[in-house]
Amino acid sequence: MLPPFKIEQAINQIVREEWGRILAALVASIGDLQLAEDVLQDALEQALTTWQKQGLPKSPSAWLITTARRRAIDKFRRDSRFAKLQPELTYLVELESQADNTDEEMIIPDKRLELIFTCCHPALEEKSRIALTLRTLGGLSTEEIAKAFLDKPKTMAQRLSRAKNKISLAGIPFKLPDDAHLQQRLSTVLSVIYFIFNEGYTASSGNRIVREDLAEEAIRLARIVHSLMPVQTEVAGLLALMLLHDSRRQTRMDHSGNMIPLAEQNRSKWSEAKIVEGTRLLKTTLAKQQVGPYQIQAAISAIHAESSDWESTDWRQISAFYELLYSLQPSAVVRVNQSIAVSYAHSIEEALTLLASVENEDAMLGYQPLYAARADLYQRLGKREEAIADLQQAIELSENSAQAEFLQTKLELLQS
Amino acid sequence: MQYICLIYSAADAGPAPGTPEFGPYMQAYQEFTTLLKEKGALVAGDALQPATTATTVTRENGAIETTDGPFAETKEQLGGYYLIECDSLDEAIEYAAKIPTAEHGRIEVRPIMTFD
Repeated sequence: MLPPFKIEQAINQIVREEWGRILAALVASIGDLQLAEDVLQDALEQALTTWQKQGLPKSPSAWLITTARRRAIDKFRRDSRFAKLQPELTYLVELESQADNTDEEMIIPDKRLELIFTCCHPALEEKSRIALTLRTLGGLSTEEIAKAFLDKPKTMAQRLSRAKNKISLAGIPFKLPDDAHLQQRLSTVLSVIYFIFNEGYTASSGNRIVREDLAEEAIRLARIVHSLMPVQTEVAGLLALMLLHDSRRQTRMDHSGNMIPLAEQNRSKWSEAKIVEGTRLLKTTLAKQQVGPYQIQAAISAIHAESSDWESTDWRQISAFYELLYSLQPSAVVRVNQSIAVSYAHSIEEALTLLASVENEDAMLGYQPLYAARADLYQRLGKREEAIADLQQAIELSENSAQAEFLQTKLELLQS
Repeated sequence: MQYICLIYSAADAGPAPGTPEFGPYMQAYQEFTTLLKEKGALVAGDALQPATTATTVTRENGAIETTDGPFAETKEQLGGYYLIECDSLDEAIEYAAKIPTAEHGRIEVRPIMTFD
């Protein structure tokens, strides 16, 4: 007999690594996300007692799937509400008769792509897509997701259940989009993953530890999608982008939580492993010549990663990449980012002209980075008054305290 | 599954009768309805008289109360519907997007509840 904590540890690890795969396989055979989740939860509870008595089965995942399916058959038979799922029941019973020994190795079909496309369906609210993806593919608990979004667990539980309800009642299909819609749907999936990453990366609010887990989770999700869709260059691009960004995680804040800008980060502490993996992936991807926004942003991040310091950064190349990005994605946000590169590659005046060309766009109303960028440009030009005014605006618009404090210090230096 | 596509648009949006655009607009509706029929997806579909002709009815203590006008006084009003048979929401969305009014109005897609 194994000590209880060992079993719990084993189960936690399985949940961590295999939850998404097991759940996806169950949804594929049961046909209902909520039911699949319920019976998997039941199976996990049963595992806790059974495995303690009998030891770990040869394939814990196969054991969980078989046990969960049996639970589903029970529920189907007992509950008339599942009458409409008759075909699924027949299919399940058939599967059941094939698997007479739960200890046997079972080939678990990988249905995680179907699951992620379902969870990121555009007919669901954006926040629900994110929460659902974290719950079903990441195996995060409702409490963990609530904590990450500073929601009450109850509110998050309601959101998740509403979303699952819609999937089931509105007939959101558990399948991959057809070719005509694939790119658009894929871009929704990728933006969900990138949102999760940014929530973790910018640590804009909430518990920092949970937040960093989100960045890891996003990378893990991108790895899954990349492994299942290796030909999609933007998936690889996003994975490379996140790896490269994440390589700087340890240096972005000092011990007291103060923000350290890229220019002042200790580059020797950047994660070499992530930089190597990110750049290697990016190179092989760019060679396929199907460039997209994520790949370009990854390329910009790679230039920073390869530069030994801020001054020797190849700003001309960065500016050129932003120009390319703007041609694919003509947004004012791109121009704001580009202005910094332009100020070093060409001149501060040119950078200010670039900002002036977009500052009246709707998207720029209350857009903090615009003011922060312009304050920096004015300061470098020696236009103290203008810099102070923009800094004050930027502080007011800051979404997190680390950012506000960083700018406040800058402001105080200027005013002294 | 059955879905209802509720067609909403503002009174002043879209081609008005008597303008050169109106003919092709009606033609597009005919073509769309034919497409639904050919695919075996059409259950029912109708255009409605304008919202100004609507009467909203309720019952207060057994007495019938009526108000002139639609239930909700919004800019966009219900102008028609299609009831369609589809495999999934994806298919329903695909059809809804082909409704000519989707160009200037909005289509609400709702699954029909079944009791079994």
